Formats: sequence, structure tokens, C-alpha cells
Amino acid sequence: MLSRVAERIYWMARYLERAENTARLINVNAHLLLDLPKKLPLGWRPLIDISGYGKLFDDLYPEPSERNVTRFLVADNRNPSSLLLSLNNARDNARAIRDIIPREGWEVINALYLDTKASLPMGLAQKRRFEFLHAIIGRVEQMTGLLAGTMLRNAGYNFLRMGRNLERADMTTRIVDVRSESLLPQEPEELLPFENIQWMSVLQSLSGYQSYSQKIQGPVRRRNVVRFLLQDPEFPRTFLYCVGQVKQCLRDLPHKRDAVKLIDRTLRSIRRARLEEMDKDGLHKYIDKLQLRLARLDGVITGTYFAL
Amino acid sequence: MPIRWKNYKVAGFYDELIQHANRPRGWARPLCRFFSSLKDEDLRERQTASELAIRSMGITFTVYSDDESGSIDRAWPFDIIPRPIRKDEWDGIERGLEQRVRALNLFIDDLYHGQKIVKDKVVPAELLVDSKNFRPQCVGVNPPQKVWAHVCGSDLIRGKDGTIYVLEDNLRVPSGVSYMLENRLVMKRVFPELFDHYSIEPVDDYPTRLYECLASLSPRRRESPEIAVLTPGICNSAYFEHAYLAQRMGAELVEGPDLNVGKDNCVYMRTIGGLERVDVIYRRVDDLFLDPEVFQPDSMLGVPGLMRAWQNGKVALANAPGAGVADDKVIYAFVPKVIKYYLDEDPLIPNVLTYLCINKQERNHVLANLDKMVVKAANESGGYGMLVGPQSTAKERAAFKRLICKDPRNYIAQPLITLSTTPTLVDDHAEPRHLDLRPFILSGQETYVTTGGLTRVALRKGSTVVNSSQGGGSKDTWIIDTGGS
Repeated sequence: MLSRVAERIYWMARYLERAENTARLINVNAHLLLDLPKKLPLGWRPLIDISGYGKLFDDLYPEPSERNVTRFLVADNRNPSSLLLSLNNARDNARAIRDIIPREGWEVINALYLDTKASLPMGLAQKRRFEFLHAIIGRVEQMTGLLAGTMLRNAGYNFLRMGRNLERADMTTRIVDVRSESLLPQEPEELLPFENIQWMSVLQSLSGYQSYSQKIQGPVRRRNVVRFLLQDPEFPRTFLYCVGQVKQCLRDLPHKRDAVKLIDRTLRSIRRARLEEMDKDGLHKYIDKLQLRLARLDGVITGTYFAL
Repeated sequence: MPIRWKNYKVAGFYDELIQHANRPRGWARPLCRFFSSLKDEDLRERQTASELAIRSMGITFTVYSDDESGSIDRAWPFDIIPRPIRKDEWDGIERGLEQRVRALNLFIDDLYHGQKIVKDKVVPAELLVDSKNFRPQCVGVNPPQKVWAHVCGSDLIRGKDGTIYVLEDNLRVPSGVSYMLENRLVMKRVFPELFDHYSIEPVDDYPTRLYECLASLSPRRRESPEIAVLTPGICNSAYFEHAYLAQRMGAELVEGPDLNVGKDNCVYMRTIGGLERVDVIYRRVDDLFLDPEVFQPDSMLGVPGLMRAWQNGKVALANAPGAGVADDKVIYAFVPKVIKYYLDEDPLIPNVLTYLCINKQERNHVLANLDKMVVKAANESGGYGMLVGPQSTAKERAAFKRLICKDPRNYIAQPLITLSTTPTLVDDHAEPRHLDLRPFILSGQETYVTTGGLTRVALRKGSTVVNSSQGGGSKDTWIIDTGGS
């Protein structure tokens, strides 16, 4: 497989996953806010922080209102991670490798971008937004299923899954990081009743609420959710699971030694981490470390396979 | 109102389907009946369905634009009324194309070796000296099978009397074949029932034939040689086709930076497992961008050392560099003589009457009749360096007169050609529009001609410009077996 092609597949998968995650975040946040008392200062700002483009947002918009935040995250081309730009990037990558991915895959991805673009800004109107984003999530999932059902199980498929899983792991750590920062109740006594629904929404944004409930009984508490999202070996969006998947993908690839070594170290670290004992700062620092590992893993993969 | 053939005005040209108002050609009757039986909304629905199919299949061509988006993809313009050609007529055309390409390949090989045809004074020497597409780097090189133009796209037109002519041969990197294949898929999706009325020859074995043709050129005798399609990249107007053909052949689609020529003069691809040798490159990059060591030094599209690898027989290039020497518009005028010279046969498909300005007598005739002629520069394409006499101003004619006198070798002239027309959907009815046909001819160990080819149609009324970038569309081309009727 050509290095350039492998790189395109990898990034196509990353961008698709990014688009899906952005749509999930917005929908869940909207639902969460409806359930919270107005005096809770949560609002839409945390989504900007999750995206990592807080400064850019502040430069472009006067305030993190619902309208501004959703526009920034979905439709603003100045945001390098916006949903529309992610779909466009996924499409550009797909187009460059349309000789590799199944033809229907290209059709779905092409139509997804064109339709999404065509339904903006209407799709962002508050009463339509949920359906609009929900449909995008569904179509990315369709794409994932289509690729799983039709792509040759060769190196290309491994790069696809590596891209997707790295992006997923990255998004999961971002969500946990920002949410534990902003959701930690300032006055525990008063806000305790709401902790439950806040963390439920975090799980929902990753479609993980049901899985979580099957494994952990009782009220949804920060401690359990953080452990679940980072350390559960069975739920396919946790940090541990995703990084483990990347290792699996590397199994049949050549020259994998450096990447596997880095993954093994990361897996050892996350398995041993005593997350429940970490306070807000400790958790934040630890997550920083995990994200650094992901960035390094991306670097090693790029160096080994793409930048010959 | 649905399509009414009695309202269809054949306007002084040969029409492919309709003899005159309300009189379809015998074998075209079922087709015409079918279209006139469609109600307005049905017709609209099919049109929409075809547009949807094209959009969702991602059949596009790239147009450059100046805004921030750079180049954009346009959906491929497609007309739903097909363009049928009778098989018995087509069989003759096919033989004529094979003959033509066989002669052209012998001609190119001769030009880069002994130049017998020049020594025998059939083609004047000065034509070669001045040819922009003659590559001295190719002299003495022996490509496999002695074939230089492995993929040729010849443009055919039909004149007023119904005769088919060759308008030009494209021997460098002709494109369009993928649209021929896709048009058929769209047609099958949208008009499945039409295929019951006619026995239509399939077109879809082209990618297999192309693969076989390319594989037969491999310098290494292996069961499955490594074949790569070299594309200038995603911004090229024919990128869709490059990707499409690579996928259908199971070949690697590569860009210049994916390749690397080693010290052993072999060509290698950069892969996730390291470097891998390539045997055959179907290159869709122009000669001058192929190898920065030999041609344009600043080319980012090419591969340094590629010419060296080819000259040493370590890799096959299709088409071979230098093959373009034979699609010069002046050389075109000599093709009938070229056929006679190498094959001792008369051409089966005639050329369009062409005056060579290099010959004094013909030049004088051209200069005296500039207002009736189409004048073309030898190596320009896409409408550049062209004078359309009847639509020109006195000033333009004077300018061309100067150009021709200054460099007569570089100009040819043809009487204004009357392209045939064919019914084309305009809103809710059919109107005649001009069209041409580009079949593709493959030459390797064997020769193969596409069944039909790409029909291009000028969608603007009265226009004869069929290029997709300038308002042209296309049609599905049917070779139909009418049982000899």
C-alpha cells in the first residue's frame, strides 16, 4: 500500500470520527441544558474548550451563546475542526483514495458533505438542529458500517481503524477532561442532585449510558464515569479500548516496533492509574499525559508509514 | 407537452436519429416512440433521477476557478436521450480506427529511428524539425512491441452526407473513457426498460482490456506485473478518470512523489512496507512534466530519472514519451499518406479536407478564402490559436494572415465543418444539437477498440463546441445490432 494512500485513509477516518463526535457533543449538551437549573453557569462554553479552540473562538465571537457556539462548531470554516470542514476534509481524503475505498463509501461521504452544506444554515435553527445533527451521526455510522462490511481486510483497513480509534480516544479524553473541570459542583450540597444527570449526559454523548448501566449499578457519579470512560476494556469508546485497538491494527503491519512499544507503555499506565484517588488537578494532569501519548503515537505512525 | 417528433426540426444537417420532421430512421423508431410516450412528469423524473445518480456516484470533472475554493468539481452534464450507432456501420469504423492507429504507431517508431518516411519524401523533413512534440530524447528507444501510442482517442464527426470523418487523433493523454463507462451505468439505472427494446453491445470490459494491454508491456515476465496509474493529482480535470481506471484495473494510483528511480534505473513506489518496484506506468502526465531531470526542471508532477528508467527498458510508459509527435494538426493532414506508406492500404475512414499552409498553392487558397475557413495552429488545442472564418472580424483575419505568412508550417485550414445533430432534451422537448464521438483504441500485444466511445454534445443551440468545460454534455453511446437492416 502506498504511504500516501495509507495516510489518506487514516485521516479520512479521523475526520469522519471528528465530525460525528462534534454532532454528538452538541446534541447532548442541548438536552443537558434543558434539564439543568438556569443558575448553573455551564452553558455552551465547555464545548468550545473541548474543541481546544477557545482562544480562536474568543477572537471571533463576543460571547459563547448557543447560537455562536453551534455555528462555530458546525459551520464556521475558520474553525479548523468544524463539523463541516471535517466532512470536507474527510471527503477530500476519500476522493484522493476513491480507488481504494468501496465505491458506495465514496458516494455516502460525498453526499454527506454536499447535503450537510446545502442544509446549512437552516439545519442550525434551534428546532431543526437535533434532527440535522442526528442525521449526520447516523450517516457517519452508516459509513463506518459500510466500510466494515465491504473493505478488504488489508493494511488499508488497519489504517482506517487506527485513525478512527485514535480520534475516539482523543475525544474521550477531551470530554472527560473538560467535563470534570466544569461539572464539578462548586457547592456540592446544593447541586448534588444534578451531578447525576450531568454525568449521564457525558455518557450519552458517547452513546455509553446503557453500557455503563449494565456494568455499574447505582447513581451515576463522577468517579465511576471517569473510570469507565478511561479504563473499561469492553466499551468501544474508552481510552483503554481504543488504544488497544490501535495495537491490534498494527499486528500485521511491518516496522511496527516503536509504535507497539509506545502503546504497551500507555496501556500499562492507564490500567494501573488510580483515577478514583485523583483530585481535579491530578486528573487534569494525568489526562494531559494521555493526550501527549496519543500525539506521540500519531507522530510515530506518521514517521513510520507516511513520511518515508 | 411530451416530446413530439413532428415538432423536431432537422436544420440542414445530418441528424443521427431523425430523417426529417416526424420521420425517425427505421431502426431508431422504437427509441423515438419510447421517448414520445413519456409524459412530462415522467420525463422530468427520469432527468432528475439521472442527475441524482451522477451526483451520488460522484461523476465529476474539475473546473478551475479563481475563488478561495480553488478548483471545483462539477457534476458531469449528461443528456438522457442516447446516441445509437448501427453495428454494421460501427464494424467498418472499428476496422478503420485499427488501421489508423497501426499506421500511426509505425510512423512514430520510424520517426524515432531511421525516418524512412522522410527520406522517401512522403513527409517533409521541416515538419519534424519544427514539431513541438518531437522529443530528441526518444530517438533510438525501442518501447515494447514497438508501440508508442498505447491509448489513442480519435475524434470522429459525421458530415452532411452522413460520412464519418476523423477530425483529430489524441495520442498523448486522451481522456473521457471513464465517462463513457459511467454514462452506461447511469442509463441502466434510469432507463432499464430501454435495454429490452434493443440489443446493445456492452462497454464495460474496457478496464480489463486496458489492464491486459498495459500488462503486455511489462519488462519483467511475471504473472501480475505491478501497474501504476500516474496522475498529476486531485486538481487535474481528469482526476476522476485516473482514480476510476486505477480502481477498475486494480492498479495503484500514484502521484509523482510516490515514485522514486533507484541507482539500478528501476522505478519504485513508496509504500508502508518500504520501496516496491513498478513495471508499467500508465501515465496521465504530459511529456514535459514527466521527468524534471530531462524536461521542465521545476515540475512537481514528475519523477526525476523516469526517462532514464524508460530508455533503459526498466519500466514501460504508456503512452510512450514522444508519441504526441503524431497528433500535431499538420501531421494530421498526412495521415492518409502515412497509412498508404506503411500499410499499402487506402484509409478506411477519411480525414476532413485539410489545407496545408506550408504548400504555397494551398496557402494561397486559404488566404483568399479566410472568411470561409477554420484555421488552426499545429500544436494548440482547446480552441486556442484558432480562427473561425465565418465568425471572424476583418482585423482578426488580417492578424491570422500575418501569422500564417510568418510561420506557414504551423498552420492548417479546414472548411467550416458541419457536425451532425442528434435529439437532445431541452426543457421538456427535444432539439437538435451538434455532436462528435471519441472512441478509444488500445494497442499492446493486441488491438482493441471501445464499443462506441464517448459521445459529446454541444448543449448550446447552434454551437459546435463539445468540450465539457465549455458547455458540452455527453450521451450514452449505443452500438446496436439491427440485424443488418
